[in-house]
Amino acid sequence: MVEATTTQFKSNVKKALVDKQLQKALAGIKTGFVHNRKIASERLEEFEDLRDRARDIKTHTIQHLDAYLEIYQQNVEASGGHVHWARDETEAREIILAICQSVDAKTVTKGKSMIGEEIAINDYLEENGLEPIETDLGEYIIQLRGEAPSHIIAPASHVSKEQVADAFRETHKNLPAERSLEEPDELLAEARAMLRDKFINADVGITGANFLIAETGSSVIVTNEGNGDLTQTLPGVHIALASIEKVVPTLEDTTTLLRVLARSATGQEMSSYTTFSTGPRRAADLDGPAEYHVVILDNGRTDLLAGDFSEMLRCIRCGACLNHCPVYNSIGGHAYGWVYPGPMGAVLTPGLMGLDEAADLPQASTLCGKCEEVCPVRIPLPSLLRRWRDQVYVRDLGDWQTKWALKWWAVFAKRPALYHFFAGPKMQFLGWWARKKGHLKYIPSLKGWTRNRNFPAPQGKTFQQLWKEKRK
Amino acid sequence: MTVASPNSGPKVGLFVTCLVDLMRPSIGFAAIKLLEDAGCQIEVPESQTCCGQPAYNSGDRQNAKDIARLVVDAFEDYDYVVAPSGSCAGMIKEHYPKLFADDLEMTPRVYNLAQKTHELTSFLIDVMNTQDLTAKLEQKITYHDSCAGLRELGVKAQPRQLLAQVEGAELQEYEGAETCCGFGGTFCVKYSDISDHMVKQSVESLAETDAELVLGGDLGCLMNIQGKLSRLQDEGKETNLKATLKVRHVAEVLAGMIDTPPIGEADG
Amino acid sequence: MSVQNNTGADILGKIGAALDKDSDKAARAATAAARIESPPKNLIPNRAQVSPEDQVQLFRDWAEEVSATTDRIEHLDDLPAALAAYLSSQNLPSEIKSSDDPLLGRVDWTRQPTLTRHLGVAIEADQASLAVAFAGIAETGTLVLHAAPENPTTLNFLPETHIVVLPRSRVTGDYETTWNRLRNEIGSEPSSLPRVVNWITGPSRTGDIEQKIQLGIHGPRRLHIIIIDEA
Repeated sequence: MVEATTTQFKSNVKKALVDKQLQKALAGIKTGFVHNRKIASERLEEFEDLRDRARDIKTHTIQHLDAYLEIYQQNVEASGGHVHWARDETEAREIILAICQSVDAKTVTKGKSMIGEEIAINDYLEENGLEPIETDLGEYIIQLRGEAPSHIIAPASHVSKEQVADAFRETHKNLPAERSLEEPDELLAEARAMLRDKFINADVGITGANFLIAETGSSVIVTNEGNGDLTQTLPGVHIALASIEKVVPTLEDTTTLLRVLARSATGQEMSSYTTFSTGPRRAADLDGPAEYHVVILDNGRTDLLAGDFSEMLRCIRCGACLNHCPVYNSIGGHAYGWVYPGPMGAVLTPGLMGLDEAADLPQASTLCGKCEEVCPVRIPLPSLLRRWRDQVYVRDLGDWQTKWALKWWAVFAKRPALYHFFAGPKMQFLGWWARKKGHLKYIPSLKGWTRNRNFPAPQGKTFQQLWKEKRK
Repeated sequence: MTVASPNSGPKVGLFVTCLVDLMRPSIGFAAIKLLEDAGCQIEVPESQTCCGQPAYNSGDRQNAKDIARLVVDAFEDYDYVVAPSGSCAGMIKEHYPKLFADDLEMTPRVYNLAQKTHELTSFLIDVMNTQDLTAKLEQKITYHDSCAGLRELGVKAQPRQLLAQVEGAELQEYEGAETCCGFGGTFCVKYSDISDHMVKQSVESLAETDAELVLGGDLGCLMNIQGKLSRLQDEGKETNLKATLKVRHVAEVLAGMIDTPPIGEADG
Repeated sequence: MSVQNNTGADILGKIGAALDKDSDKAARAATAAARIESPPKNLIPNRAQVSPEDQVQLFRDWAEEVSATTDRIEHLDDLPAALAAYLSSQNLPSEIKSSDDPLLGRVDWTRQPTLTRHLGVAIEADQASLAVAFAGIAETGTLVLHAAPENPTTLNFLPETHIVVLPRSRVTGDYETTWNRLRNEIGSEPSSLPRVVNWITGPSRTGDIEQKIQLGIHGPRRLHIIIIDEA
C-alpha cells in the first residue's frame, strides 16, 4: 500500500532533488509535453476561444450539477446500465467489491483511473482475494514496483528503461534470462504479450471516465494505448469509476472539451482512442460486457462545491499545469505525497484530505501563474492557492518563523515613520559590512537564501533618505 | 528629444517599492529620470513602505488590507502611479480589488487606483509613448520576464521596445526568459531547496546565450538570479558561465545610469 | 437497493444545498433539460470547413501525421486487391477477420481468391482485421466506428493490424456532423447511441517508457485506412 506522505513534503523534496533518474525524466517533460502543447495550441487558430467555451461548459454544468447528474442517471438506466453512488472511498470500494463478488470474479483488469488511485482500489481488491491488474503500461510498471503514479497522465515518467526491465525480470515468471530487454521496443513487446493474457482472462474490467454525458448516459474514456478499450470490452462486467464533477450536458459539449483536452495534455490533436460507452452489450451484439456499472464518487467534492473552491471542479485532468509548473518540474509528482500532484494537486489535495494533512502544498508555489496560463478550462489556480493560504494563516498551520518575520514586517510596513527611521541605518550598516564584495555569504535571518545563494548587498542609504537629501 | 515643460505633464506618484527603497535606490532615481524625460511631474510620497504583497500571499489578509489602505491614501490623487516592479504594480492593479471585494467604501477607491497604476516600462510605452531614449550601451543583453509583470500585466513587448532604443545594446533572448526564477517572495526562504533548483535552471539557461548583462523589471528576481550566479562563481562551478555576466534593473540601462556597480557587486 | 438510492439522494441533496444559494432547483432542472433538448451551437474550427475534396486530403494528412497509412481506390470492387496488396506489403498472411457490414457484403470477394475473409469477433490469433468506418473526420484525421451486431468492437483493438474502409462520402469536416448523423440514422430515443462509439486517431501508442513514442502497445500497431471513392 502506498501511504500518503503529504505531511512529509519537505523531506520528500530533498529526496526528489537529488534523484538523478527523476531529474532526467523531469527534463524530458519540459522538452516533450510543453513543447508539443505549444505547437498544438498554435496550429489551431480557435484554441483560445475553445478554452473559453470549455471553461463556460464546465462552469454551467457545475452550476446545474444536481440536474445533470439526475438526467445522466436516468439515461444510464434507460440503456440498461447501473449507477452506484459513493459518499467516500470506503463506500466506493465496497460497491466495487460487491459487483466483483456477484460474478465470482478472480481477476480484474484496470484502465488508468485517478479515482481508482484516490480510493486505492487495487489494495482493497487484493486484500479481498482478487487479482487487480493495471493495463496502462505506465500504471502496470508502477504497480510492479509498488509505487504511486508520479504524474496524472504519465504515471511512470520517473522510471528508467533499465528499471522497467528489472521490474519485468522480477515479476514475469516465464521470462527467459537470456531475452534482451535493453531497448524500449523489447520492453514493449514483453508487456504486450504479458498483458494480452490478462485482458482475455479477466472477469471484470474497471476503467475511469474522462466524461459522463448526461444527454446519452455515456461514459467516455480517452487513451492512447487501447488498454482501456480491451479492459472494458473483453470481460463480462465493465465498471466505470467517476466523480460527481465528470458529468457534461451533451455530446456537443463533450466534443468542445475533447478539442482542448489532448492538445493541453500531450500536444496531440486528439488522443488515439476516444471511446463513448452506453450501457451493456445489446441483444444481438457479438462482444462487449454483459453488465455495465458506473460508480459515482463524492469524497469531499460536495464540500468544495459549497465552499470557496468550486472552480477546481472544472478540472479535466489533462496534466498541463503539472507539465508547465517550475515547482513540479523540480520535484516531480511523488514529493506531493498523494494522488494528485502539481498545481491542481496543491489545490485539490487539501480539499479532499483536509488542510491539516497537506498544508505545505498550497504554500510551496511562487504563484508564477504559468498553470493558469495553460489550463484548458482556465482555473485560476494561483487565486485558489492563495485561498488555501488564507486558511493556513487563520488556522495557524504554517511555520512560525515565516509567520513572525511577516508580522514584524507588517509592524513596520504599517508605520512609515518607524519604517524609515529603522530602515536607513540598517541598510547603511549592511551596505558598509558588504562593501568589499557587494554581497553577503551568510545572513542569520535569511539562512534559507544564503545557504545556496549569495545575498546582494544594499547600496547603503535608502531611496527615501537620498531623496530627502536631494530635495533639501 | 522633446523636453516637456515642467508643469504640463501628468502628475505621477512613484511607488518606489520596499526592495528598491532598501536595497537599490539607484533604480528609483533611474525611474525618476525616465519619467521626467517623458514629461511627467514626479512626486514620491513619504508615507509609502510596501504594497502588502508578502502579507497577502501568506494569507494575512488583515495586515495586507492595513498596508494597502496606506498605499491607497498616499497615491489615489495622482494622475498615475508608477512602480519599477511588475510584481508590486500587479499587487495594486490586480489584487487590491480582490482584497477589498467585500468593502463597499474601499471598492471604488481601489478600482480607481488600480486603473491608473502601471509598471514602469509599460507606462513609458503604453501611456507616454516613449520613443527617443538617449542611453547607450555597447553590450549583449538578455531579458528576464518576471512572472507577475508578464502574466498579470502583460508586460513583454514594452521593455524590449525601450531597449531597442538604446544605442549599441544587442538583445539576445534566452530560453528560460518566461520561466519563474524561483524567487516568489517568502518562497525563496521557506522552500529554499526548490527555489535553489529553479534558479539554477534559470542560470543554466542564461549561460546558453552570449549575453554579458541580464536585465529585468523586478529587483527580487534579479537579486535571486545574481545571488545564484555569484555563488556558483564562488564555488568555481559551471565553467560555461562567464564570470562577466552582470545583472541590472532595466531602468538603469534605459536611463543611462550605469555608473553604480551592478547588482551584488562592489565598486571597482 | 434502497441504501444506494439513499446515498444518491444524499449526494444530490448536498449538491442541491450548495447550489440553492444562487438558483432554485426547478429552474436548474428546466435549464438542463433545455440545453439537452437543443444544444448550443459549437465553435467549429475553420480548419476543416473546406471543399469535400480538400476534406479528404486533410483527413489523410492528419491521419498520416499520427502514423496511420492511407490508400485511395475508386470502386468497391477494387477493395480485395488493395487489401491483398497491403497485407503482402506487410508480410502478413492473406487472411483477415472481418466485419459483416452490409457494405462489405456488396464486394465481389471472388476477385481475390487467395484472400481469406472470416466473419465474427476478433480473437487473439487474428493478425489483421477489417472494419468499416461510420465516418472520417478531416479536422484531426479521426475515424468514427460504432458497435453493432455486424461490427464487433474487438475487431478494432485485438489484432496488430487494423484495416478500415472509409467511403469517401463519409468524410466530413467536424465531429458535430457525425453526432447528428448518428442521432438521425441510428436512433432517436434519448439514450440511443450505439453501445460503443470509437473515435480512432492513429494506431495504439505509448510514451510510458522514457517518454519515447512507441506504436502498438495494446491495440493495433498498424492502422491502414482505405478510402473508396464510389462505395
